[in-house]
Amino acid sequence: MTRVQTPHGESADTASLRGPKLSHGKLPRFTPLAVFAGSLVAVGALFALLGSFSVPLTVFLGVILHAVVLLVLTQVVEGRRAAIDRLATTAMYSAFGLALIPLVSLLWTAVQEGLERFDGYFLSYTMRGVFGGMDAGGAYHAIIGTVEITLFATLISVPIGLLTAVYLVEYGPSRLGRAITFFVDVMTGIPSIVAGLFAYALFALFLGPGVRMGVVGSVALAVLMIPVVVRASEEMLKLVPNELREAAYALGVPKWLTIVKVVLRTAAAGIVTGVMLSIARVIGETAPLLITVGVADSVNYNLFDGRMMTLPVYVFRQYSQGLAPNGVTTINYDRAWAAALTLIIIVMLLFAVARLVSRFFSPKTGRR
Amino acid sequence: MAKRLDISDLNIYYSDFLAVEGVTMAIEPRSVTAFIGPSGCGKSTVIRSLNRMHEVIPGARIEGRIALDGEDLYGREVDPVRVRRQIGMVFQRPNPFPTMSIHANVIAGMRLNNKRMSKAAADEVVERSLRGANLWNEVKDRLNRPGSSLSGGQQQRLCIARAIAVQPDVLLMDEPCSALDPISTLAIEDLIGELKQEYTIVIVTHNMQQAARVSDQTAFFNLAGVGQPGKLIEMDATEKIFSNPSKKATEDYISGRFG
Amino acid sequence: MTTTGEPATSTTPPAKQRTRTPQRPGDIVFSFSAKAAGVLILIILAAVAAFLVAQAWPAIQTDSTELSERVHWLGQGRTLLGYVGPLVFGTVLAALIALLIATPVAIGVALFISHYAPRRLATSFGYVIDLLAAIPSVVYGLWGALWLMPKLFPAFQWLADNLGFIPLFAGPAGDPPRTILTAGIVLAVMILPIITAVSREVFLQTPTLHEEASLALGATRWEMIRMAVLPFARSGVISAAMLGLGRALGETMAVAMVLSPGLAYSIFLLQPGQQQNIAANIALKFPESSGLGVNVLIFTGLVLFLITLLVNMLARWIVSRRAEFSGAN
Repeated sequence: MTRVQTPHGESADTASLRGPKLSHGKLPRFTPLAVFAGSLVAVGALFALLGSFSVPLTVFLGVILHAVVLLVLTQVVEGRRAAIDRLATTAMYSAFGLALIPLVSLLWTAVQEGLERFDGYFLSYTMRGVFGGMDAGGAYHAIIGTVEITLFATLISVPIGLLTAVYLVEYGPSRLGRAITFFVDVMTGIPSIVAGLFAYALFALFLGPGVRMGVVGSVALAVLMIPVVVRASEEMLKLVPNELREAAYALGVPKWLTIVKVVLRTAAAGIVTGVMLSIARVIGETAPLLITVGVADSVNYNLFDGRMMTLPVYVFRQYSQGLAPNGVTTINYDRAWAAALTLIIIVMLLFAVARLVSRFFSPKTGRR
Repeated sequence: MAKRLDISDLNIYYSDFLAVEGVTMAIEPRSVTAFIGPSGCGKSTVIRSLNRMHEVIPGARIEGRIALDGEDLYGREVDPVRVRRQIGMVFQRPNPFPTMSIHANVIAGMRLNNKRMSKAAADEVVERSLRGANLWNEVKDRLNRPGSSLSGGQQQRLCIARAIAVQPDVLLMDEPCSALDPISTLAIEDLIGELKQEYTIVIVTHNMQQAARVSDQTAFFNLAGVGQPGKLIEMDATEKIFSNPSKKATEDYISGRFG
Repeated sequence: MTTTGEPATSTTPPAKQRTRTPQRPGDIVFSFSAKAAGVLILIILAAVAAFLVAQAWPAIQTDSTELSERVHWLGQGRTLLGYVGPLVFGTVLAALIALLIATPVAIGVALFISHYAPRRLATSFGYVIDLLAAIPSVVYGLWGALWLMPKLFPAFQWLADNLGFIPLFAGPAGDPPRTILTAGIVLAVMILPIITAVSREVFLQTPTLHEEASLALGATRWEMIRMAVLPFARSGVISAAMLGLGRALGETMAVAMVLSPGLAYSIFLLQPGQQQNIAANIALKFPESSGLGVNVLIFTGLVLFLITLLVNMLARWIVSRRAEFSGAN
């Protein structure tokens, strides 16, 4: 900040002190922080005296006390409008803090509970012959199932989604294009269980009722994935400057080769990122897989024959078996947490790799 | 190489909007023809119709005849893609392909068309084209760097190298210097002077001094008002246009009375 | 190029395009497959609707007494609509609770990120909230059932003891609290990131001019938000909430793992075994159903599909209306 000099040569700050009410009663900058700390300590101390100290209640009441004290303090020193402004600020910060509680507690619990059984054994053994409270069993079969089913879903949805995005962006606005855009939006809102029912109904029509196969699950996931892939690819294709298309046309390159070799090549990093994010979105889907692929205790590599296990369904299955009657009684919950941790790690890895791809492989256009 | 272009009674439409009306002119081989005129007068539209680039915009179409050494570019069986291989184009803003190296950018015209060529032949084309574009000495040590690592002026010369690598008959330049600084502009203008030994060059420019410096023929376009189609007012030898134009509108424009 | 209302010139445009350019095989194949992919999406969506209707049809067609005989879990004398009704009620109730909890928090978080947080940290805070969206729903279910429920019980008990005279909070509070309120809270956490992300975008689009205009009038930050940001963003926030509602209506696992199901039109939020939502009901019943039972479940799925479709289309409609009015693209 440059200091404005008044004609008399004194700095603006001092000049304003003499001016008519430009400066006003103002609380020091650290006031909110100090009040917050004070409130926490006060509430905590009160609870400690009463002999029933609890962290959540202390924080909860501390925030309320902080808001009230700050409101009154500001009202007295700075006036009503400033007081309300402070109250709003407190509300915004608390909203963010509140939103962090589930995230932090969830990740913390998953790591803490999951690490107990998250090891090489868990990742490389199945549930074959494991029952009751046996201190054994892993999620190898579930990991195989999740990877196969998700990859096959990707194989179905990426060509469809990508070509649709190409149609929407490269083959211009048309009535069909607008219809597709609208229905892609509609498709984004399909509940995952409905996608599962659809895949089941489709296969039941040809193979009879009661069909359970990996590929049915892949179709269900593809229905959920396609709109995400379309949206992401569409955004990326729109980012490719028109000048590059024109440059290729002017070199006598046909339109389809321009799209394949220039447009898609330029947008490749973004598209790969989008596809990975869409995989991350569907890899945790449980409900459609539960009703189309079912559950299994051992490895089944064949997508086209019989039930398979998947990680999310494994978590649900272990959870719903509840406490074991003998042996390690919490074994089912432990396995559920370990599988949940595996799932979270896979999702986070997908996110991280997607970010790295978009950071390092995006073409540098050299323009602002 | 270097063929002549004959345009007769050219009307250009965007859907139902008539953008340019009644253009007739002859563009001589091995010479530079400049298109000048105020914004929106249709000079860019005309130059884009010369290699059928305007068709990229949905709804754009023409009436009339454009002939390359007597062959109608808009004939019934003519493939616009083949037309563009014979009539190259350089755009306002340099647009090298960001995913390709300098080397790959130069031979993009062949590579993107799946043409197979030996490494030696490719290297030869790259060197010839970059020398032709006065860029060889500046980039010969970093041919594998991305094309976008060059400065704006170098990028534009790279685009010219890319255009002449496919050995076109005509080279169209749509305001090639409008995004460049004066020094880069000078380099491009020198290059145009050399290229006209081998190519037929058409250049659109907003800069009248540039037209006076580089061109042999100058065509002045104007439009009667907003919503009216652009027209060719007059075309003549550049010295004549800039010293003694036959139309009042041309003189007003040249002397800076409008535009 | 210029486009004015005045018709170009009196020359009539040519009746037909003069040139019929020969098409290259590559172009034909490629444009055809791109178009086919787009059409395929329309077909898939139509197929989803058609298959659901076809598979739901037997359940609709069958006489209600026969239906309740052949589908044992339907319950004595329950008609198809009598079965779907409470499920729809439970679905909507859970989603509304979630919406009621999540929307104010999401607006606060979005404002925090867009207008309060230090600039350098704002983007990272955005990512942190987006992380919430990345966590699979089954993990939320696990967290809700094993971590959250024990923590919620004292609060629920307090509610039942002190506010029990309000029917909503009528006791006795279930222990463990496998109730619709717990499910609503878990759902609220799950839809929070969606509402936050959309609202944040809208808040950031507020024209700086409006913001500066109100600041120049001497407004405090909160007054500026009330005068400039919130009016501008209102419809955007509403559609964000609708999108969240759509997600909450269709959410399966978190509800299936947290809620103890029942089939009553009950507003007791603290008692287990009262309500159930459609999606969770399908997930729990489907593995052990066959024949007509499957048809009944698919019928409920069809109802869910229609409800979410309606909500989502309403949300899109609000968004598109807003785009027309604000003039911002």
